[in-house]
Amino acid sequence: MTQLKFPIYLDYSATTPVDPRVAEAMIPYLTEHFGNPASRSHSFGWTAEHAVEDARAQVAALVNCDPKEIIWTSGATESDNLAIKGAAQFYKSRGQHIITVKTEHKAVLDTCRELERQGFEVTYLPVLDNGLIDIEAFKAALRPDTILVSVMLVNNEIGVIQDIVQIGDICREKGIVFHVDAAQATGKVHIDLEALKVDLMSFSAHKTYGPKGIGALYIRRKPRVRLEAQMHGGGHERGFRSGTLATHQIVGMGEAFRLAREEMDAENERILGLRNRLWQGLSDIEEVYLNGDLAARVAHNLNVSFNFVEGESLIMAIKELAVSSGSACTSASLEPSYVLRALGRNDELAHSSIRFTIGRFTTEAEIDFAIKLLHEKIGKLRELSPLWEMFKDGVDLNTVEWAAH
Amino acid sequence: MAYSNKVLDHYENPRNVGTFSKGSEDVGTGMVGAPACGDVMKLQIKVGANGVIEDAKFKTYGCGSAIASSSLVTEWVKGKTLDEALNIRNTDIAEELALPPVKIHCSILAEDAIKAAVNDYRQKHDSK
Ligand SMILES: Cc1ncc(COP(=O)(O)O)c(C=O)c1O
Repeated sequence: MTQLKFPIYLDYSATTPVDPRVAEAMIPYLTEHFGNPASRSHSFGWTAEHAVEDARAQVAALVNCDPKEIIWTSGATESDNLAIKGAAQFYKSRGQHIITVKTEHKAVLDTCRELERQGFEVTYLPVLDNGLIDIEAFKAALRPDTILVSVMLVNNEIGVIQDIVQIGDICREKGIVFHVDAAQATGKVHIDLEALKVDLMSFSAHKTYGPKGIGALYIRRKPRVRLEAQMHGGGHERGFRSGTLATHQIVGMGEAFRLAREEMDAENERILGLRNRLWQGLSDIEEVYLNGDLAARVAHNLNVSFNFVEGESLIMAIKELAVSSGSACTSASLEPSYVLRALGRNDELAHSSIRFTIGRFTTEAEIDFAIKLLHEKIGKLRELSPLWEMFKDGVDLNTVEWAAH
Repeated sequence: MAYSNKVLDHYENPRNVGTFSKGSEDVGTGMVGAPACGDVMKLQIKVGANGVIEDAKFKTYGCGSAIASSSLVTEWVKGKTLDEALNIRNTDIAEELALPPVKIHCSILAEDAIKAAVNDYRQKHDSK
């Protein structure tokens, strides 16, 4: 058996390491080929421009669109901001109503909050207890003045895949702009923008083995979607997003997406095997709950609540594993994950969740180690837990009157 | 978040984990916090005939700082009279464990747990 290295990284949805092949592709564009892609008067500029356009084609190839429909941004946060604010502001004379979902990433939710301050009205759709949107509820939320719908493809916490085919069809039929945050989807699910009725789609490099600080936004040309620019300046990226292009980052994103396209089928099969192994290894622990639908889910994600054990103390107990807790107890807010709350999970379960996300460099030995460690530590923390004791004594925790502070 | 060595020590080797029989005459039980807030502490004191706390036990559902605060408190109350125990302040706990500002509520909860346990004990005896 190969020696395990600690801590074991099981947080691939937070970010991924840059694939060594990607890093290698990037380096020449920091030193040798440092030109500004906007320089038209010499070969330094031409070389950089060429690299940027190659990368654009690589990104477009992964999601089956025209490279002209891809513009570079600093990441999915910026893409979400540009798409949502840009479309809302451009189309506001048609209506002021926007629909999104309670389980979206903060980059979408906070952008919508800002638009509410600017006078737009936003509906935050609830989800079913498996994390998926109820299409009937979506249809019911549509109004004559709805101009924009934003729904993520893959959820960052629970990994569920929303049905953007059906939502897209409905939006197209009604002439509503449809934005999809696909930051967690690239290299994990097949995306075919030629077939999908999606108008705007956000991407990030660092979730798919590319560098941080670079992303892209897909902007459909047929039928054409218009946006108000959010960043003004030299008119780069056809005026959608000014600023000198970060050639090395762009080259990295292109190479990362090229690798994703080539390797995703084999990689997903391997990762699914590891995920199933992990879930099987954990599901014999008492009072363990899977959060989010198992079938409509990317292979990489396992989000589990270990009832009666608080998430932050569990993370402390399993310090050999780098995972994240659905509970936001590390911040001052003490709020359990809003995503799990949207699934209707009760307080104990929402505070007891751990997100495991598996990736390219995860091994079977690492998964086996994680299973063993969790069995041991869950037992130890439950010995410490008054809630576990009450549960074992047959007390229904819902009937207890807590002295809340 | 980085934890102080004292928090880590209590977390890894919690003192006095366990349960006394709740109904016993010489036991006072305090349960504070709520699952909704992410922490619940149960502190029990066993009081001798001379009014001195002879033993203490705890169980805590919560973050590392909450576990450490309650573990520490079980050590501190032992050998104290009820009034002395009531004089333990959350600021003492926070200082001893070097809790960061976002974890101060854990020390407040531990102080509340002492009060609740002492109250429970006194109620048992006053109602006689
Ligand atoms: C679904 C989703 N959207 C947006 C983002 C933000 O991406 P970036 O870090 O590229 O700004 C993330 C990453 O945290 C994400 O998971």
